[in-house]
Amino acid sequence: MNLKLKIWRQKDANSKGKLHDYQISNVSPDMSFLEMLDVLNEELIAKGEEPVEFDHDCREGICGTCSLQINGEPHGPDRLITTCQLHMRKFNDGDTIYIEPFRAKAFPVVKDLIVDRSAFDRIQQAGGFISVNTSGNTIDANTIPINKHDADNAFDAATCIGCGACVAACKNASAMLFTSAKVSQFAQLPQGKVEATERVMNMVRQMDLEGFGNCTNTGACEIECPKGISLENIARMNREYLSASLKG
Amino acid sequence: MSGLLNTSIARKVAMALSGLFLITFLIIHVIINFASVISADTFNELSHFMGTNPVIQFLMQPVLVFGVVFHFVMGFVLELQNRKARTVKYAMFKGSANASWLSRNMIISGVTVLAFLGLHFYDFWIPEMVYKYVEFSPEDPSRYFPELVHKFESPVRTGLYVLAFILLAMHLWHGFQSAFQTMGVNNKYTPAIKKAGMIYSILIPFGFIFIALFHHFNH
Repeated sequence: MNLKLKIWRQKDANSKGKLHDYQISNVSPDMSFLEMLDVLNEELIAKGEEPVEFDHDCREGICGTCSLQINGEPHGPDRLITTCQLHMRKFNDGDTIYIEPFRAKAFPVVKDLIVDRSAFDRIQQAGGFISVNTSGNTIDANTIPINKHDADNAFDAATCIGCGACVAACKNASAMLFTSAKVSQFAQLPQGKVEATERVMNMVRQMDLEGFGNCTNTGACEIECPKGISLENIARMNREYLSASLKG
Repeated sequence: MSGLLNTSIARKVAMALSGLFLITFLIIHVIINFASVISADTFNELSHFMGTNPVIQFLMQPVLVFGVVFHFVMGFVLELQNRKARTVKYAMFKGSANASWLSRNMIISGVTVLAFLGLHFYDFWIPEMVYKYVEFSPEDPSRYFPELVHKFESPVRTGLYVLAFILLAMHLWHGFQSAFQTMGVNNKYTPAIKKAGMIYSILIPFGFIFIALFHHFNH
């Protein structure tokens, strides 16, 4: 396939970026999207040009490192996948593909297509944990009986890989789906009950401090999430928040 | 309780509550207006009661006006914050791939309804306030029906009302179920809530449209 790529190039966080046009030929439909960018970068390096910087790590849809807004959608046109799992067979010969970084004030561009998603780390650090005594007498978690429905829901929430597609897809750049997944994974388990009040208050406060937008329930995040995290988690977080607020 | 006032979720909950309050109010409004289609006397009686009952005039009416103003002001505040959350826009953003136009453009339908409310207040509410509390005119229980019919003589005004109610229907189509999601209701009843929202957002606005067209073509 021969493709025209419109790629966001930005020298660093303080520089202004813009879209650059690249032509790439002989792209195999079996290549992953990132492999296609690898080939482009080899060509650029061979020509003595600066390669396009982009995030990637595991390349098997687990780590959440690869990002990219592809033709207006996070992780491209396919569903329930990350960019590393997107294949070129989803495109047609002669297509023009827009490749941009995830856009949010809370996700500043580091270089080209790489954005700083440490805002998510800070939300997690604000309360996305449980305090467990690890001095040697820790009780095995499996000894505490947990209703299967709750365990399954908590597990589903815990599958969030923190990639940021929810923020990128949301017209308001809201981080409610991410934060709610991190709240929900503990909210339904006995181990999470002890710190439930502080957790939701602190994580929501940090989410707001980072400058993410407000949720308007469009549902775009749920559609674009590579792990299929449900909007039910946002409703659960709202309940947790209301109940925590009323407790003071 | 402090958390209820100063975070994104708190503002969204306030938005949802004021929206649900206005949704409830619209049911009462359309029922009273519908009386005008059935009987002029019944409509006059109901309007006279609403216009003279002190609980409605001095308790419910200020609460309603506050609810309307709050919903619009908070809507603008949230919209402004949302715009600030993405300072550099995408060159290509395919919003239609993952969310409905209605859910992404509540500000457009909302502002249209706000503009309509300006006209509606100019037509009915402000003259009513002037009549009662500025001019202190004597109450005439039979005045309400002729005033209503007179307003719908104009095809332009009737057309604007119809257009505004179509936009209100679009606003409610997303807003009704969205309010429940914001209040934390997302469970086995959610499909029923969504259906109820769809029925409500067609029935109520088109009820108002029917009333406007009925009076326009019958008087």
